[in-house]
Amino acid sequence: MGGAVMAGVMAWLREQNPTSRAQARAGQWFLGWLRLKRNPLAMVGLAIIVVLLVVAAFAPQLAPHDPIAQNLRERLLPPLTDGHLLGTDDFGRDILTRILYGARITLYIVALVTVTAPVVGLMIGTVAGYFGGWVDEVLMRTTDIFLAFPRLILALALVAVLGPGIENAVLAIALTAWPPYARVARAETLTVRNSDYIAAVRLQGAGAARIIWGHVVPMCLPSVIIRVTLDMAGVILTAAGLGFLGLGAQPPLSEWGLMISAGRKYLFEQWWVATMPGLAIFIVALGFNLLGDGLRDVLDPRSAGK
Amino acid sequence: MAMNTSLLNGRLRMVLGFVVSLVVTIFGLLLVTFIIGRVVPIDPILSIVGERATQAQIEAARVALGLDKPLWQQFFIYVFNAFQGDLGMSIRTGEPVIDAVTRHFPATLELATIATILGVIAGVPAGVLAATRPGSMADHVVRLVGLMGYSMPVFWLGLIGLLVFYGQLGWVGGPGRLDAMYDMMYDFEVPQRTGMILLDTAFAGRWDMFANAISHIILPAGLLGYVSMAYISRMTRSFMMNELGQEYITTARVKGMPERRVIWVHAMRNVLVPLITVVALSYAYLLEGSVLTETIFAWPGLGSYITDALMVADMPAVLGGTVVVGVAFVALNMVSDLLYRLVDPRAR
Repeated sequence: MGGAVMAGVMAWLREQNPTSRAQARAGQWFLGWLRLKRNPLAMVGLAIIVVLLVVAAFAPQLAPHDPIAQNLRERLLPPLTDGHLLGTDDFGRDILTRILYGARITLYIVALVTVTAPVVGLMIGTVAGYFGGWVDEVLMRTTDIFLAFPRLILALALVAVLGPGIENAVLAIALTAWPPYARVARAETLTVRNSDYIAAVRLQGAGAARIIWGHVVPMCLPSVIIRVTLDMAGVILTAAGLGFLGLGAQPPLSEWGLMISAGRKYLFEQWWVATMPGLAIFIVALGFNLLGDGLRDVLDPRSAGK
Repeated sequence: MAMNTSLLNGRLRMVLGFVVSLVVTIFGLLLVTFIIGRVVPIDPILSIVGERATQAQIEAARVALGLDKPLWQQFFIYVFNAFQGDLGMSIRTGEPVIDAVTRHFPATLELATIATILGVIAGVPAGVLAATRPGSMADHVVRLVGLMGYSMPVFWLGLIGLLVFYGQLGWVGGPGRLDAMYDMMYDFEVPQRTGMILLDTAFAGRWDMFANAISHIILPAGLLGYVSMAYISRMTRSFMMNELGQEYITTARVKGMPERRVIWVHAMRNVLVPLITVVALSYAYLLEGSVLTETIFAWPGLGSYITDALMVADMPAVLGGTVVVGVAFVALNMVSDLLYRLVDPRAR
């Protein structure tokens, strides 16, 4: 019974002559998915991100201990000790538990940057590309100036001014991350700006805001989404770097970069305290990179391997 | 004759365009740091005169710092001073920021240069290998190793490197640029012409010290070089694939030219052009990316200077360092752009 329904859905998706717009669009997505599925590395990346999401959602259920409660009798226990798979830190807190809860913080940062930087970049890029002329000149010059800035150092200076904390770290990262999106969005806008369908909408009396939002922005979305996926690894690394320097999340939060910095004192005797959270950062960043890489091959056939 | 002048005009316009965009970008850079510096919640006057100062003393300090002038005037004074190399005084040490920055810069430059060299040596052949055998095992390995380089928190990698190669194996020197003993000898016995230990000791013929410096730089430079290799190998692969699809390659092959010559002479010549930009970009990135590495390896470079200043809220030092790195960043981009135009006749 279930198999028959499944087969029906598959046939509907594979239909060569779609009867509705929804079917055509679903078919396109399905084809993309099939192509992505053939790339084993991309599927590994996807799996890592799904695990990250699950862990972040169910951290209290999955974690064996409390992430913050200290237990000085059990401090600095090595990995594989009874009840502490990855050992404990200098306050006797279970490292596995803290990493699981840390997934929430990482996801929080990623989500906040995703809803700010690309949106700002998209708006600036499409407006610049659509209007052209001096608007384009001014906006793109500004973009170039921000691109010329070393990102990490600008973020450092911003956090130094705003004061340490997750929100300020996110703000600093977002303020330094938008220019590439503006570039991408502008390039896409220039290719569609003079097309007939835009002219048709304009003749129907649509204003600039409506044209940009309703008809230009959707065309820019695919390339911006790829860029976001590829950038996420960088965002995670920057956030961890800020945390490591004590400028991001503050104790007792179990942010991964902060955990590495706390373990630095014990590096040569209790190596696991600094090593484990670093592994978590590496695996998650790798996941985003692998998926982004695969997505680019699917959505942008030009850069795909021949 | 007429063609000659138009050519000259073109060159002139190109150079002029470069100068204008360089000035505009640096101007923007200074504007951003100025704004950041002005919104600091730390009152610069209070930190100088102390909390018990009288109203008159506060007023005097305000006038002395030029803070009584309108904001736009303050900005132009700031820009004017910056173009003369005056980036203000460090609050922490009372020393001009520019002096400290020039003292710390060579260490960062040395590290980034060695790292870039390592990145090119490893990255270009890896990229070529992947491009000539697309879809093969070698291609996948290069790709995966590259992506891992993109995903590695470099400060964590530094800690692990210290743990394994210094703590466990003892193969390399620990943090710092030299062993403590050599560190003192360097200060007293070696003429510091460049501030880069490798060059200074080589000029002075102190090969024992040179070897010690190598054992200290190899780990941080190797780690940064890995990150830069990840980027360079990836770009080399894509440029090389692009060239190998061209017709002139087919022609060369049909003529019976050895494959090695086709790849390394014919295709490579065209790959080099965009590759210059990539290498320059990764060099610029390393100049700033060394911030975290330097704190791990106690490397007395610009990155350490900026982060140390951050910890005590010494904003003139932080912003001055930011400006210098930013200018180096812009300059490197410009140089790569110029080189690109020199190498590629189509871009002239």
